[in-house]
Amino acid sequence: MEHIVIIGNGISGVTLARHIRKLSDKKITIISAETDYFFSRTALMYVYMGHMKFEHTQPYENWFWKKNRIELLNAYVEAINTDNKSLKLANGSNLKYDKLIIATGSKPNKFGWPGQDLKGVMGMYHKQDLENLESLAPNKEACNRAVIVGGGLIGIELAEMLNSRSIPVTFLVRESSFWNGVLPQGESEMINRHIKNHHIDLRLSTNLKEIKSDNNGNVKSVIIEETGEEINCNVVGLTAGVSPNIEFIKSSKIETGRGVKVNRFLETNIPDVYAIGDCAEQHEAIGNRRPIEAVWYTGRMMGETLAQTICGNRMEYKPGHWFNSAKFLDIEYQTYGWVFGKKGRPDYEQHFHWKHKDDTKCITVAFNKNTNDFLGINTFGIRMRHETFDTWLTEKRDVDFVMNHLSEANFDPEFYNHYEAEILSAYNKQLQTT
Amino acid sequence: MSNKINHSMSLAKPDALDITTKQKIALAIGIVGLLIFVLALFNTNFPNQGVFLTLALGMISLGIIVYSREAYLTKLEGIKNDGVWFKSISSRGIWGWLVGIILTSFYIVLYFFPQYLGLGADGAVNTGLISLFDPLSQLLSGRNASQWFVYGTLYTIAILAFGYKFILKYRHNRYQQIRTVSVMFFQLGFAFLIPEFMYVMNNDLPYYDLKSVWPLNYYIFDEWSVKGFLSNGNIGLALILFGIISIFVITPILTYKYGKRWYCSWVCGCGGLAETAGDSFRQLSSKKMSAWKLERWLIHLVLVFSVVMTTAMIYTYLGYDSNNFWLTKGVFISLVIGFLIIVFTGVMIFKRHELGKDAKYGAIGLFVVIALLVIMHFTGTTDHVFYAKAGTLRSAYGIYIGSIFSGVIGTGFYPILGSRSWCRFGCPMAAILGFQQRLFSKFRITTNGGQCISCGNCSNSCEMGIDVRHYAQKGENIVRSSCVGCGICSAVCPRGVLKLENDSMNGRINPTEILLGNDVDLMDLVNQK
Repeated sequence: MEHIVIIGNGISGVTLARHIRKLSDKKITIISAETDYFFSRTALMYVYMGHMKFEHTQPYENWFWKKNRIELLNAYVEAINTDNKSLKLANGSNLKYDKLIIATGSKPNKFGWPGQDLKGVMGMYHKQDLENLESLAPNKEACNRAVIVGGGLIGIELAEMLNSRSIPVTFLVRESSFWNGVLPQGESEMINRHIKNHHIDLRLSTNLKEIKSDNNGNVKSVIIEETGEEINCNVVGLTAGVSPNIEFIKSSKIETGRGVKVNRFLETNIPDVYAIGDCAEQHEAIGNRRPIEAVWYTGRMMGETLAQTICGNRMEYKPGHWFNSAKFLDIEYQTYGWVFGKKGRPDYEQHFHWKHKDDTKCITVAFNKNTNDFLGINTFGIRMRHETFDTWLTEKRDVDFVMNHLSEANFDPEFYNHYEAEILSAYNKQLQTT
Repeated sequence: MSNKINHSMSLAKPDALDITTKQKIALAIGIVGLLIFVLALFNTNFPNQGVFLTLALGMISLGIIVYSREAYLTKLEGIKNDGVWFKSISSRGIWGWLVGIILTSFYIVLYFFPQYLGLGADGAVNTGLISLFDPLSQLLSGRNASQWFVYGTLYTIAILAFGYKFILKYRHNRYQQIRTVSVMFFQLGFAFLIPEFMYVMNNDLPYYDLKSVWPLNYYIFDEWSVKGFLSNGNIGLALILFGIISIFVITPILTYKYGKRWYCSWVCGCGGLAETAGDSFRQLSSKKMSAWKLERWLIHLVLVFSVVMTTAMIYTYLGYDSNNFWLTKGVFISLVIGFLIIVFTGVMIFKRHELGKDAKYGAIGLFVVIALLVIMHFTGTTDHVFYAKAGTLRSAYGIYIGSIFSGVIGTGFYPILGSRSWCRFGCPMAAILGFQQRLFSKFRITTNGGQCISCGNCSNSCEMGIDVRHYAQKGENIVRSSCVGCGICSAVCPRGVLKLENDSMNGRINPTEILLGNDVDLMDLVNQK
């Protein structure tokens, strides 16, 4: 029986395994040194915050794997030998495979800051990071202040986590406004204010110069590049993005760039070796997407696609319309289609922005100013229906249609206030004046 | 790391969040209020009972209100479940067990030994705790308090004060606020005040909480109850007719339109207490597959038990001669059989495929029951068996299900089994409404395309133990019969994936993966069986 070995038990690897099992009877082994069972990485924060226990982040009960004949192996892969199709494990043993899938995910970026390897400096990605944080920052007495470096989604989640235990947080963001590489200005500025409302010390246009240590090799303080200011702290969270976790692959014959290089069929340069999820890098970007997409949904879709290929129906990875979502403290964010921030915005892309006066809800609609085609929407504090926007994008609706039918896409709970009329009148007014 | 024992078994350290000074004062106020009850329990003679009762109830309410305001109004709006699994009381820690044991003991005394609370037997005056409530009872209905009046008062106070806490906690969510106001209104008006006033108007009428429908109100068709209604002329007759219409007309129509939530989480008192006072324990209900299997057996057995028990009760006090009263034993048995057949035929014709195997088991069970009833009736053995059994069945139901299950376990075990263990495992009303909801209702919880990140907040918060995430991560609508539509899964979802909806019956059940974002052809392949 063909033996499928998957390195990594995240959403990509597990989705792949589940779909292979649906389609076939192959032998499946998932290897992970991080945890015994699959868990939702995005939910780790809720464990620290006490909303859930770690076991609640596991979508399947422990008997699920045996019942579905998916073998779980707690081991660390040291090297891959593609010539004789075997893996060398850290415990000294070897494992043979017929088909190998690399789904090892990411690791936090470090940019060579002085002191970045001190005790107390950490990322927030693996379960071990959470355990680390638990011992470094169990409460505000043990951790007087934490400094977070890098303003993305993980950074703000880490800030929310620490905030839930009343630990003061200083948040260093290199950009002039939070996540404005991705978010349009109005949205980014609203989130800036929202962060400060939660008593988080947000410092914009601020870079980290170095992390200072005390006599025991623990973090003592950080120095800010621009002002030379020293901020005393016990924990430094490095959240300036993630990069593929592929160190152990570089010694093999598998081609790597920043990630494991794959074609549109998710195949590497070596036959029977594939890569999916955060660690996979497309030779060429698909549409407006980036060559590497460290996103939950992307990993899931790659797993579904590759399962078809492995089970004999060779299939190209064709992601549909872009979508994503996140939560900034108390504000939910959803995006459908493409809405660019400053970075990489095409000339033809024009935005309509509406913000509610309570400063916690806003939307930005992107459209082509030449053809009026609807390109995408960002919503903050208003839930929208994925299916509706997916349909409109496929049907290539124009922006007027979308604005006039916005209420059909609303996904807020019953009895919530609706803002579509207000949004539409703002939209009509703006069009008249411009 | 701390050396303290980790009661929560959580990965993280418990007791990370301390309560503020203001909350400590609020707790103290509440406990002093409770202390007055404890003193009364030990037969302290308070000089002015009215004043002390007001003081006790007032201080308890004030304590809860001040505590909650400090907990939620000091923070921005939004889901604030911080530390739920660290706190001893809400994670089956020592405080959780202690509260569970105290509550359970209280229920046992209340149901089986009311004399210990000071109930005066055979017209004797009340003493102890119950006598403390005499002034309020006199004020409302002009009679002295009973243990049920004491319980009703405390129950209502709990729903009102903790309801206020709930409203603060979910003040960003209007669905939750409106629903809670509804529950508070029905408890205060329909369950507490109206029955008391009805007594003032006509003191022969049996206690009747208008919103309590058979089989939850299992004593409505008891002989004493029916006689009580019938001896009260038109009002009584109207009430008993309303009771029957509630079961066969009002309930199905409302469930068709809104799902069983119109009752379970908007009106019902048991649900009301679970949603308000029980809110801190909702995460404790088991989501294991094994719990789900147990649930399906248990709740339907209770339903069958209550149907048989009621049938037997009514049968025994009906006569044979149609000249005395048109509803004779024979007519009644035929009606019951006819009704069961209509219901099951309807289900088999229209919903056979949705139920699958369950339909077959249901049909077999039905025919056995009907055959038994027919044989027993025509051989005359029904009379003997039912006559002997009806009383036994009735008292068994009253003790084991009406008291122990619904009260002692259902509420007393909140801090151990979660807030809705009665609704989930034992309530026959929930079984009937759930059956209707599953088969014909416009209600469903829809999921938002491919946006689920499988985080598990929804499942964790489900008081009915539904693994909501299981459906959400597949993009499948949730049409489970146990769902009470509380809407908390939707509220806690960090990605806005869940929405309670009343929509057309078409497309309500979509047992396919509709995760969006992928290539359309792939999704077709994924859904090929």
